[in-house]
Amino acid sequence: MAGMTSYDHDLPVPGESPSIVYDPNHVPDSVKSFVVHMYRHIREKNVYEIHQMYENSFQSISDRLFKDSPWPSVDAVAPYVDNDHVFCLLYREMWFRHLYARLSPTPKQRIDSWDNYCSLFQVVLHGVVNMQLPNQWLWDMVDEFVYQFQSFCQYRAKMKNKTEQEIALLRQYDQAWNVYGVLNFLQALVEKSMIIQILEQEKEGLEQFTATDGYDYSGGSNVLKVLGYFSMIGLLRVHCLLGDYHTGLKCLVPIDISQQGVYTSVIGSHITTIYHYGFANLMLRRYVEAIREFNKILVYIFKTKQYHQKSPQYEQILKKNEQMYALLAISLSLCPQVKLVDETVNSQLREKYGEKMLRMQRYDDEAFALYDELFSYACPKFITPAPPSYEEPLVNYNQDAYRLQLKLFLYEVKQQQLLSGVRTYLKVYSTISLGKLATYMEVDEPTLRTILMTYKHKTHSVDSDGKITSNADIDFYIDDDMIHVFESKPAKRNGDYFMRQIVKLEGVMTDIDRIKLEFVRKCTRLKSSSSILFCPCRRASAELNDLSHVHSASTNTSFQSHRSRALVTL
Amino acid sequence: MGREMSNAATDQNQQSSLSYTVEQLVAVNPYNPDILPDLENYVNEQVSSQTYSLNANLCLLRLYQFEPERMSTQIVARILIKALMAMPAPDFSLCLFLIPERVQMEEQFKTLIVLSHYLETARFRQFWDEAAKSRHILDVVPGFEQAVQAYAVHVLSLTYQKVPRSILAEAINIEGPSLDKFLDHHIANSGWAIEKNQERGQLIILPPDEFNHPELKKSTTDGIQLEHVARIFPILG
Repeated sequence: MAGMTSYDHDLPVPGESPSIVYDPNHVPDSVKSFVVHMYRHIREKNVYEIHQMYENSFQSISDRLFKDSPWPSVDAVAPYVDNDHVFCLLYREMWFRHLYARLSPTPKQRIDSWDNYCSLFQVVLHGVVNMQLPNQWLWDMVDEFVYQFQSFCQYRAKMKNKTEQEIALLRQYDQAWNVYGVLNFLQALVEKSMIIQILEQEKEGLEQFTATDGYDYSGGSNVLKVLGYFSMIGLLRVHCLLGDYHTGLKCLVPIDISQQGVYTSVIGSHITTIYHYGFANLMLRRYVEAIREFNKILVYIFKTKQYHQKSPQYEQILKKNEQMYALLAISLSLCPQVKLVDETVNSQLREKYGEKMLRMQRYDDEAFALYDELFSYACPKFITPAPPSYEEPLVNYNQDAYRLQLKLFLYEVKQQQLLSGVRTYLKVYSTISLGKLATYMEVDEPTLRTILMTYKHKTHSVDSDGKITSNADIDFYIDDDMIHVFESKPAKRNGDYFMRQIVKLEGVMTDIDRIKLEFVRKCTRLKSSSSILFCPCRRASAELNDLSHVHSASTNTSFQSHRSRALVTL
Repeated sequence: MGREMSNAATDQNQQSSLSYTVEQLVAVNPYNPDILPDLENYVNEQVSSQTYSLNANLCLLRLYQFEPERMSTQIVARILIKALMAMPAPDFSLCLFLIPERVQMEEQFKTLIVLSHYLETARFRQFWDEAAKSRHILDVVPGFEQAVQAYAVHVLSLTYQKVPRSILAEAINIEGPSLDKFLDHHIANSGWAIEKNQERGQLIILPPDEFNHPELKKSTTDGIQLEHVARIFPILG
């Protein structure tokens, strides 16, 4: 590591308390330069440069100098940035995020980070912030806020081995990472930013938000609006952590996930949105909806992950990718609709879970163990939001929430146990009498009737408006004692596909027109610089004064060859 | 007579203004420990006026999650019974996701979970047997029987074009002349019909829809919202 400045203390081993050998007041030159430039770019609203520094410089300096220790303290860098209050809050936010990522936060650091978020969000909510920050950064703030909340709940729930000091600290700072505080901040950001109204008005053309990726081109700030937008996704996430899937999905309603939007402008936000949306739908038994969305995002990740290899989010992207394959395997085992899945995703799925899915559909003890395994691997890190009881005996209750969700999920799977047997027979017959099927399935007729009704109930999901949709690929009706089987295809969503292609084609046509215009401009410019020029189509140069001398793509002479020859002449 | 009626009208107005305020609270300020008593009152109001609000009840269950010492098992039981009455919607499961395991171990909740299990797996005979044993829990909420009967009819309609009378009787727990009255009502109002079959007695013909009559399924449920198409109007125009 040649060329480094004099930062030559022993770096602490990860996991050890960093305060032992780390000097928080030492500011290496690269950090000095980093904060000075970052501060200037923020004042000048140079979003591109801010983004470069945030994504790249911060990472490379962290890798070089702060692999195992925190960045210099905010007090040490403040003098270089005019002690700017807001910049210091932003710096601290990044400081804590780096700490959580590379080291283990101490209890006091957890509480200090909460304080910093409070201050930062309050500044934003008061509307006095006049910056434009990159969407990546704003997403990371909300994402990290929820992550630290989840991490704190997990930490707090492990009471068994807490020292007296830690317990005293928890009791003293009982407001830190309080669930009411977290939810109310997110809610306040949504409300104060008026983002829901903005999105509504955008549909009627009265507002611009998605079109500008949330950025404000009229001299204002994007921070409150975009934080408000991402907070809706934050609320979805928190509600899933609490086990309230219905309300989580309600929080996401203003965002139309069938379209591109600001949520797709940052890959982390795109993935988090769809992961939680899909998971919530899975728990609500809306299997077709979950499968559709998981399929779409997995195709997207497959096509684009190579572009994110160098980014700090890469590991997270891969992890969520794997988890969503597991959730897709679960969804398809409960609701076999393989036609909804793209070929690329299907082949990946076969590779990762083909064997397991076959075994899961047998619904024996081994199958339940597999459902357990996949669910536990892929589910969110559920939390118990209530503060601990400080009475003896102190217990660990950090697993309680997860255990409850798992138990209820497996209970649902068990209720669907007999359905795959029914399906096997329905696939083979177009009509069959109840008596015969009962004999094959080795049950009596009344039992068979209940099994068939269960099949109908479980395969017809109810959405939040009370509408019933069939999730079944194989369906039937009964006429007295005769079962008539029919295939039930879910609607193919061709409309969206055609819309996208129309817009794409329009984009290509616009590009062609732009190239034509550029070409003509080049011709006229060179002509005015007195070199004799004529278009290879043999018309006289004088005619090039007339900008209408443009070759349409539809004239006989090939436009391409004109252009290339013209360029040679130029 | 007139005074009684106007009193009742005022009561109803007061009740409906209470429910309006609670719904507003839930929409605007749901993460607020102070609204807990209002939400509990609202549950009782839902029970007595035979209305239902999933959002308000989930909000209350969340608050109980945040402050377990304020939980009232009586209120939770009522919420669960109301959720059961909302079937086929998965509201009962949604509520269970928010109730701690040790609370679910209490007797009355174990009973409700068993009842839900029977309904989820269409075991109507076992359901009505168990419900008869648990009248003391269920009678608290008026309209319970009718709601379950409506669910039973829903499941039967998904499954059957023609259902034997005995199957219907078992599912809705009505027999004899009461069942005849029930059938007459649905023939008059819900498009049911009866067919007499020689050996097997009455067959009830249920109204056709896309679930029991596949030919009625709309072939293109593929719609595009107007606002999406509106975005490409400039291109198309």
